Amino acid sequence: MNPVPPAKFSASDRPVRPHRKRKTKLLSVSALLFFVCGILFAAVFNVAMHWSNTEEFCLNCHEMKDNLYREYQSTVHYTNRSGVRAVCGDCHVPKEFLPKMFRKMQAAGEVWHSLMGTISTPEKFAERRPMLAQREWQRMKANDSKACRNCHDAQSFDLSRQGYRSVQQHQEGLIGKGQTCIDCHKGIAHQLPNIAQGINESDPQGISLDIFKPAIQEKPAENAKE
Amino acid sequence: MKKRFLTLIPATMLTAGLLLSGACASVIASDDSGGLATLRGASVSAAEKTVTGDGLKKALETPPVDRNFTDQPPLVSHAVDEYPVTRAFNKCLDCHSRENAKKEKATTVSNTHFEAADGKVLKNVSARRYFCVQCHIPQVDAKPLVENTFQQAE
Repeated sequence: MNPVPPAKFSASDRPVRPHRKRKTKLLSVSALLFFVCGILFAAVFNVAMHWSNTEEFCLNCHEMKDNLYREYQSTVHYTNRSGVRAVCGDCHVPKEFLPKMFRKMQAAGEVWHSLMGTISTPEKFAERRPMLAQREWQRMKANDSKACRNCHDAQSFDLSRQGYRSVQQHQEGLIGKGQTCIDCHKGIAHQLPNIAQGINESDPQGISLDIFKPAIQEKPAENAKE
Repeated sequence: MKKRFLTLIPATMLTAGLLLSGACASVIASDDSGGLATLRGASVSAAEKTVTGDGLKKALETPPVDRNFTDQPPLVSHAVDEYPVTRAFNKCLDCHSRENAKKEKATTVSNTHFEAADGKVLKNVSARRYFCVQCHIPQVDAKPLVENTFQQAE
């Protein structure tokens, strides 16, 4: 049995070769196709990502257009003397790739709620606003207000050109005690939900002041001194 | 002859009518108001003489300006453009409430503001005193629009 295979391979007609040639051709063509498809996919993906971050895209659903967009139009992030704007995505979508992908996937849930009409009327929206606002505050707090800092860099603050109250707060809280932008700057681009300021005792509903305005946490070293 | 005279009547009447209306129009036009008048008969062209204002003024971020009369609501010594006072939230009380004023080095809300309409003293600012900017406005460098000789009582 053994002597037969070597004889087969040493044959002059070499039956394997054309098959191998075809195989390499197929491989190179498919590699090229793969490459081109890859580039195309990357391009389309990039365009889609970019498009889904535009204001135009966000305003596609009437929930955004009728509720949030109107409030936002009177704020400094929409209109100001220099015309620099922060659109929805600048604050609500991270710039880094992985966090962005994560957020985009989370946003699939928002498509579902849009179809369900969860906040399809101003009344429904008002009802859910406390929950939605708090979720967004937590998100900003968790990443140290990264979206704010993409434009507002504390390192570049010219404190001499800020109001005296701002200077005090920024030096003490933001720079000194590690507070983050959203700790104080809530409701700057949207209206605030009901905050429990204790004005009307018959209406106790509202977000507690501990959440709305978290107290500055003293540094442990300073506590030790006292 | 008589027939021709008869045909002249409507023609003369028409010319007379045209002349009359033209005269009326010229009389009205001389008023320069296009025939318009206010209900009290004053000329509407007076509106063109309206003096334009100085434009928007920035709030003075200086120590509070003195009151002009006793019980005048004190002026606000900073801009309030970005501070909402809505049903949901009052930004002023974020600093000026009893709890926060000391910490924020701000003026405390007056004790009178804790009184409800029935005279009952409440734990927090009364709802009828909730809308701060109804009485307290930012101080600006504005001159009186008309001369007045008001003197504060001693």
